[in-house]
Amino acid sequence: MLSAVEIEAFSLSLRVALLASASCLLPALVVAWVLSRTRLPGKSVLNVIAHAPLVLPPVVIGYLLLLTFGVRGPVGAWLNDTFGIRLVFSSTGAVLAAAVMAFPLMVRAIRLSLDAVDQGLEFAARSLGASPLDAFLTITLPLILPGILSGLIMAFAASLGEFGATITFASNVEGETRTLPLAIYTATQVPDGEAAALRLVVIAIILSLLALGLSEAAERWARRTVYGS
Amino acid sequence: MIDIRLRKRLSDLQLDVTFAAKSRGVTAIFGRSGSGKTSIVQAIAGGLVPDEGRIAVDDRVFFDSATRINMPIHERRVGYVFQDSRLFPHLSVRKNLDYGLRRARGASRIDFDTAVELLGITHLLSRRPHNLSGGERQRVAIGRALLAQPSLLLMDEPLSSLDPPRKSELLPYIEGLRDELGLPILYISHAFNEVVRLADNIVLIDGGRVLRSGPLLDVASDPELSPLIGRFEAGSVIECVVAQHDEDLALSTLSFSGGMLRVPRVDLDIGAPVRVRIRARDVALALTPPVDISISNRLPGKLMSLTERGGPYVEASVDLGGATLRALITRESATRLKLTPGQELWALVKTVALDSRSVGFMRRARSFSFPSA
Repeated sequence: MLSAVEIEAFSLSLRVALLASASCLLPALVVAWVLSRTRLPGKSVLNVIAHAPLVLPPVVIGYLLLLTFGVRGPVGAWLNDTFGIRLVFSSTGAVLAAAVMAFPLMVRAIRLSLDAVDQGLEFAARSLGASPLDAFLTITLPLILPGILSGLIMAFAASLGEFGATITFASNVEGETRTLPLAIYTATQVPDGEAAALRLVVIAIILSLLALGLSEAAERWARRTVYGS
Repeated sequence: MIDIRLRKRLSDLQLDVTFAAKSRGVTAIFGRSGSGKTSIVQAIAGGLVPDEGRIAVDDRVFFDSATRINMPIHERRVGYVFQDSRLFPHLSVRKNLDYGLRRARGASRIDFDTAVELLGITHLLSRRPHNLSGGERQRVAIGRALLAQPSLLLMDEPLSSLDPPRKSELLPYIEGLRDELGLPILYISHAFNEVVRLADNIVLIDGGRVLRSGPLLDVASDPELSPLIGRFEAGSVIECVVAQHDEDLALSTLSFSGGMLRVPRVDLDIGAPVRVRIRARDVALALTPPVDISISNRLPGKLMSLTERGGPYVEASVDLGGATLRALITRESATRLKLTPGQELWALVKTVALDSRSVGFMRRARSFSFPSA
């Protein structure tokens, strides 16, 4: 039914999407917290930077990543010289591209749920003897769990479909960076590729719908366990 | 001793207060909404940093602008009961109560079982906050604050979000804390009847300043403060002792220096000291003791003063054997009766006007005692 190449594209997509959404969780949590709870002077700048991938064309993001993390980019050269890590043409690069594109979605979801947490509850926890970190871990974090979950799943779904930044930055290397969308694109570029493209499209649709359903169920579950209603 | 001196510029108010409260009993912080009451307790708890001043509880300094001390909120060990309970929605009642208990430091004043029993919340332990009524929520919130073993309990209008029946339901629990825990309580309120039932001392706040502070009886009987308390809420507070119960008529008799008061049956032992609040508008005056009248409280006294209260009203202060009773009457009546200070007259108070919310006990007979810290 599915060729080895197609199965590879499918499993690579899953791996990239999982790693991308997992790796932007902690930075997204920090940025969302800063945006929601602090009054730093540079906050609006941070807000713009965090949301840039949402409004800029993905190809632009891919190109900016190339400039920064490419072999001759400042960070890319350093990574290459110090650790021998090359991001371009590698699956790690595909993860980075997907993570950057999914980042604003995650920040938004977490920030919205942080804004919704009554800060009076955190103050109540402090008055009961909890340090700021203790209050965050025991009160704030559990209360934003539904937002974190929905952010994770949205980031996962967005990473599955990420195309422009990935192909620009990480390129289209079979088995390394050729995720589902790139494999579909490649299939449409070769003669007699329509059948393969169609099979991949069906897989992509099923995966996306599964992610959507899962996100709904997970959020409902989280809301019930956290708020009991 | 709780020593407070603080100055803080707020967006709509310049807060500048200095007062001291005793380390035992209830001190009420009383004033209109927006007078700065909540900001004061916020500053004590650490949620609001004063521009200048000093806040100390016994020998622990929470804040001192001179020596740049600002103790973190969680080290202050101040129990805070909020208007809106603020129970943690993701935790059961038991875990809410445990939250403070696990983090408690220093001397243990009350244990879990005692708190739960005192507040009558044993049957609620496994529930979630959203399954509780407003009154139950506030009882759990009080328990949670107590179990953190605070050195001071702040109660910020804990009854204001409740309807009148729930208020009456919760008041006895708060009286229980006051009488059995020996924990200083700062009780914020804009409802004078709550203050009268609970407080020993009162700090009157208006426009961000302390208007007056001192023992409740002195402050409450000061005619100058009527405008703040409200013309129709103003009155006198009289300390009495339960003298007798009349089960058939569902009445109780209280005795005080100026005579006897008949009130609706109070659920207290004979000899229990109580405080009765009599609103000035519920008191009528007569020159001779009326006979054919339904009013059963007829008390002989002596007119001390008449004060203009604006509009058609004057307020009379009547001395009843040492206790002061205030009466709000019309200027027309005062003229018709030719009232003059020094005159002997009779004060009339309807029993019906003295409902259970006007009568509060000062100290409950102890059923069990707590080690006081």
